[in-house]
Amino acid sequence: MADQPQKSKAQLDAEFSELYRAHLRDVYSYAYYRVGNHHDAEDLTEQTFLQAYRHFDRAQRESHGRPLRPWLIRIAHNLAANLYRDRSRKPSLPIDDTTELAAAHTTEELVEGRDELGRVLDGVQQLPDDRREALIMRFALGMDNREIARAMGRSDGATKVLIHRAIKQLEQLVGAPQADTGETTDAGEPDE
Amino acid sequence: MSEMAPGLEGLLHKVLSPVEPPADLGQRLESTLMSLTESAAEELEAWELSAMRDPRNWVRPAAAVVVGSSAGVALVLLRARQRARPAGRDPLGARSAAERAVGDMRDRTRRLLG
Repeated sequence: MADQPQKSKAQLDAEFSELYRAHLRDVYSYAYYRVGNHHDAEDLTEQTFLQAYRHFDRAQRESHGRPLRPWLIRIAHNLAANLYRDRSRKPSLPIDDTTELAAAHTTEELVEGRDELGRVLDGVQQLPDDRREALIMRFALGMDNREIARAMGRSDGATKVLIHRAIKQLEQLVGAPQADTGETTDAGEPDE
Repeated sequence: MSEMAPGLEGLLHKVLSPVEPPADLGQRLESTLMSLTESAAEELEAWELSAMRDPRNWVRPAAAVVVGSSAGVALVLLRARQRARPAGRDPLGARSAAERAVGDMRDRTRRLLG
């Protein structure tokens, strides 16, 4: 295979700037749900982009045109893991946000909704790290299985199973929501 | 995700909704990245200039020129000999072979430097 032509520094910088603008919110969202507070999330986001900048040229060459979002999230994932190893503490999801999230509902729905959201949030918090991360990537970032697989360094099949198990466990933890009782709760496990 | 309960999916979308980064984070990051780019360019320029002022750093480029030239001369002689061999009785053939070899050498040098 022929080598790709070497890009100029200015071109790389322009492309990195584009990547940064496109994915700042993704990286920040991921960081926020991983670390549980804005202060650490800002630090983690900053570190992620600085590290990404250092290795951008190589990442572009090795990506063969595939999106770089999973690569960015993988950097954030590794940095977050280091952060917890250094501080010897577990991450926590931001419980306070249920107030903000339920703000658009009516008063009656608010109490019930807040309770429900609180239970789901609680459940997500109790999940093993890899399952919780997969759900963050799926719901906060809207990543598909393939992207999640690349970000987590797993196969597509293993990722599908991981997400399936995360949902099943979460259903058990929060109890099946009333509106959801029915055909969708007893689905078989996907093949790996 | 077809196996997921739709209500739970909706709740997860709410609980794990995307979070907007603070406005100053974006500005701070952009200025950090810009200063990194600028300082890297300045450092490189300064290093190149200062490096070439120090005679100790001339050794490698000088050695590269010597080695490259020797290899080039050897190549020209070798090619001239190879091309002259079939037309050994024709001095004009040997001469044109040498000219072709020198032309090759010039092209290679241009490619290397270009």
